[in-house]
Amino acid sequence: MTGGAGALFVAVFLACMVEGVEATTIVLAAGTARDWRSAWAGTLAALAVLGVVVAALGPAVSALPLTALRLVVGGLLLVFGLQWLRKAILRASGFKALHDEDAIYRRQLAEATATGDRPAGRLRVDGYGFTLAFKGVLLEGLEVVVIVLTFGTSQRQLGLAVVAAACAVLIVAGAGVAIRAPLARVPENSLKFVVGIMLTAFGLFWGAEGAGAHWPGSDAALLVLVPAVALWALALTAVLRRRAGAEPA
Amino acid sequence: MTGRLKAWAAFWYDFIIGDDWLLALAVVAGLAAAYGLAHAGVVAWWLPPVVVAVAVPVSLWRAVRRARPGESR
Repeated sequence: MTGGAGALFVAVFLACMVEGVEATTIVLAAGTARDWRSAWAGTLAALAVLGVVVAALGPAVSALPLTALRLVVGGLLLVFGLQWLRKAILRASGFKALHDEDAIYRRQLAEATATGDRPAGRLRVDGYGFTLAFKGVLLEGLEVVVIVLTFGTSQRQLGLAVVAAACAVLIVAGAGVAIRAPLARVPENSLKFVVGIMLTAFGLFWGAEGAGAHWPGSDAALLVLVPAVALWALALTAVLRRRAGAEPA
Repeated sequence: MTGRLKAWAAFWYDFIIGDDWLLALAVVAGLAAAYGLAHAGVVAWWLPPVVVAVAVPVSLWRAVRRARPGESR
């Protein structure tokens, strides 16, 4: 591999790794906090749409209005993330009952068994989890395609760019599968708290970029946004907890 | 038919807007304002985080107040 080809491989690999991490974070969030079946369904549907778009448009895919897509996806992620964060803060501070999905599932299962029906909770795809995974994978997938086409065609090394992108995506997806089991052991509300933080941070990032703003440090701004949102959410939880403690019983 | 339409609208309202319409409105307003600033050549990345930093405590305050309807403060 020549120096130019090596530089191309590293650039595409790293850029696609960043996009892959973002997509995997959203899929992990949808799967752990909602339902894995729906998250996988959303991921596969997005990959299928991506395949159709790439096959139909070919190199013209780089002309897709990614900025408008970022604005819509970012705005929706931000709305979803803020609703999750709001609920998680209210639960953590005692102003809302803790939500036990397992208990709900066990009750649904018992009711379904008693009536002879199939357990709807397991068989139906959860629209929320599906949509989250679908949007995240589709947007990031399109960005990966654009990166590959931009770098690959400009240096006339499309094949090498595809290999670099495939390596990055496989490594990130493998890491995502590996941390799936440990994530399942995290208490539900803590998990939803973290998911709310991640969706809010990603929604802020994509939404602002889609609106035409440019983050200082580009993608690295997420490394500041995520902890900043977390600190703000923890501070609000602490304030509400203190208030809940001061309330007369 | 009307019942189905209402249920369909209620599903989408609950799916996108959720428990507090104020947060959805703040997101739309914040991103629209950022769009306006960015296209006027002004640095705009800071605006959505500021809108979120203000909207979340306001929304929480509304929820806490609603949780205690008889409360005066």
